[in-house]
Amino acid sequence: MVVALAGIGLFVWQIRKIVRNINMGRDKTISGDASQRLKALLLVAFGQQKMFKRPLPAVLHLFVYIGFLVINVELIEILIDGVFGTHRILGVLGPVYSVLMAINEVLGLLVIIACVIFLARRNLTKVPRLTRGPEMRAWPKMDANVILITEIVLMVALFAFNIADQKLAQLSGHQLAGAFPVSGLMVDLFGSDVNTMQVIAGIGWWVHIVGILAFMNYLPSSKHFHIITSFPNVYYSKLEPKGQFSNVESITHEIKAMLDPSYVVPPAPEGTDPQKFGAKDVEDLTWKQLLDSYTCTECGRCTSVCPANLTGKLLSPRKIVMDTRDRMEEKGESPLLFNPAHYGQESERVKVTEERTLLRGYVTPEELWACTTCNACVESCPVNINQLSTIIDLRRYLVLEESAAPASLNTMFNNIENNGAPWAFSPSDRFNWADDLYTVSKN
Amino acid sequence: MSERKQIQVPVMADLAARGETPEVLFWVGCAGAFDDRYKNVTRAFVRILEHVGTKYAVLGMEETCTGDPAKRAGNEFLFQMQAMTNIATFDGYGIKTIVTACPHCFNTIKNEYPALGGNYEVIHHSTFLQNLINEGKVKIAGGGEFKGKRITFHDSCYLGRANNIYEAPREVLAALDADLVEMKRSRANGLCCGAGGAQMWKEPEPGNKDINVERAEEAIGTGATIIASACPFCMTMMSDGVKSQNKEDSVQVFDIAELIAQAEGINA
Repeated sequence: MVVALAGIGLFVWQIRKIVRNINMGRDKTISGDASQRLKALLLVAFGQQKMFKRPLPAVLHLFVYIGFLVINVELIEILIDGVFGTHRILGVLGPVYSVLMAINEVLGLLVIIACVIFLARRNLTKVPRLTRGPEMRAWPKMDANVILITEIVLMVALFAFNIADQKLAQLSGHQLAGAFPVSGLMVDLFGSDVNTMQVIAGIGWWVHIVGILAFMNYLPSSKHFHIITSFPNVYYSKLEPKGQFSNVESITHEIKAMLDPSYVVPPAPEGTDPQKFGAKDVEDLTWKQLLDSYTCTECGRCTSVCPANLTGKLLSPRKIVMDTRDRMEEKGESPLLFNPAHYGQESERVKVTEERTLLRGYVTPEELWACTTCNACVESCPVNINQLSTIIDLRRYLVLEESAAPASLNTMFNNIENNGAPWAFSPSDRFNWADDLYTVSKN
Repeated sequence: MSERKQIQVPVMADLAARGETPEVLFWVGCAGAFDDRYKNVTRAFVRILEHVGTKYAVLGMEETCTGDPAKRAGNEFLFQMQAMTNIATFDGYGIKTIVTACPHCFNTIKNEYPALGGNYEVIHHSTFLQNLINEGKVKIAGGGEFKGKRITFHDSCYLGRANNIYEAPREVLAALDADLVEMKRSRANGLCCGAGGAQMWKEPEPGNKDINVERAEEAIGTGATIIASACPFCMTMMSDGVKSQNKEDSVQVFDIAELIAQAEGINA
């Protein structure tokens, strides 16, 4: 019980830190149709709809996801048994318990198989999106392996407990509650010594329960935190068409006041600087954009479909999201295992400045200017992260606060201002296309 | 009876002076007005409007940039100035419905003008053409001259992913009775031509390949002799990409409106 309380207490303490970090972001009221949001939640988050754009990882991930949901029922039992000294307390459910245990065992095996294949994809076949890119430094790579190995260890511990428990029951002539289609095949694996069985059952049981509590406290430092954040992140994801970029209201007020001197500019929301346009650092982003970064699983689907990245440009949408989280944890509250040193070396191509802000200190203008705003990253993300909105807010800061657009874009801005077209054509030539226009009339 | 006839494109200011209102305003866009290649698309679309007898008008010299490239590049101030100018023009004429061939203009007016007070029904020409075909106003008897030709459609990001319009341009092409082939990356998985996000007006950042070359290779790889597009910037990028592969003699890039006007026999 002490172990359980300590584990849960520590977790709550870490969650509070994360909530504080997300609250660094700008306020933004996300409204809109709740039924549409629930539909997205059911399809994209619970139903993993967008994962199925790539069937193999989708099926394997589904095993781990369902395994996680279902096997946690057994976790409840383990916690009750642990606290009250009972043994397989849910056995009172009879046949229901047997079915549950049987499903658990099959899923447990599938989880192990999936995790082994995932490890192979990362470390042997080295799937490019999982291994390449300047953001895939030492820590993210290790993090992924830690998660997979931990999940395998947890499952193996569960099987060891079930094997030894069955053998013990067999030796004492008892009927053990539950059905065990997988471990039942390996009852004699550890021999038949009662003491050994008791030790193995004990180790298996304790490794599983302590492992889960420890893993839970590892989550806030890890990309695995997505098992919590993906649900709110999908619920609050953008319902408007992807092509619709946010409107900067403070600019609207400014222009209206300019055009009409009698226009009264409403007061800015508390805690925001109406004179600062775009985003330079994490607190200039909205809470949703910060939640995005806590939801990223670093799967690299966004980067693998990014036209800029595919053609060798520095831009990687995943890096923007990971940088946002790293910067937020540097500036705000850090999780238990946060230490910039173990992130490893930044790639040589990424030339960041000493300035410790998200813009330039993490994300360079070269990355931002490579974006075609094509929304392929947004479309590909299984947890509805909006990488593009962060890119645009950083661009806005570059242009509106620093006048630091590339020279050719400044020329384009001047053309629009002076000629009403992005090219240097005279407005008086705008209607020339209609001169000498003929058709074939068929009447 | 077929006869060659000159078109006098109706201008909004003239209609308003006569107290008339058109069914739709045809928003030409900067590329449609100034880009030499793309002016053909504007003309083709006007021929279709005349052919089916739609009561339309254009703004002529009153048109100005929607602000799309400024907004994508982060210049929100310039965008809003442009948007408010255009909204004042639209509202001054009491315009309700706007049709445009440019997905960038379409997206901006449809999705981003409402926050600034401009609310209109905005139709992309792919949807407009689809409706004309469905209503039987454009018939293309026997598929016309593109019958059996291998055509691949390149999705514009601002039509497709940005606004979920994938089927309209394909249904328009289906009227040609051509051999439509899809690229591996199509619809929601379509690859950008490389021009969006104001890239059209700047050199690409350092990399190892140009995006339009990557996309043109994919389009040429389908064996198509025609790449159909529905966006002025895609048209420029795909044409340049085809040229970079020295394929401009065997693979041509056309807008869907050009193909329809040609197949319907109303080009002159």
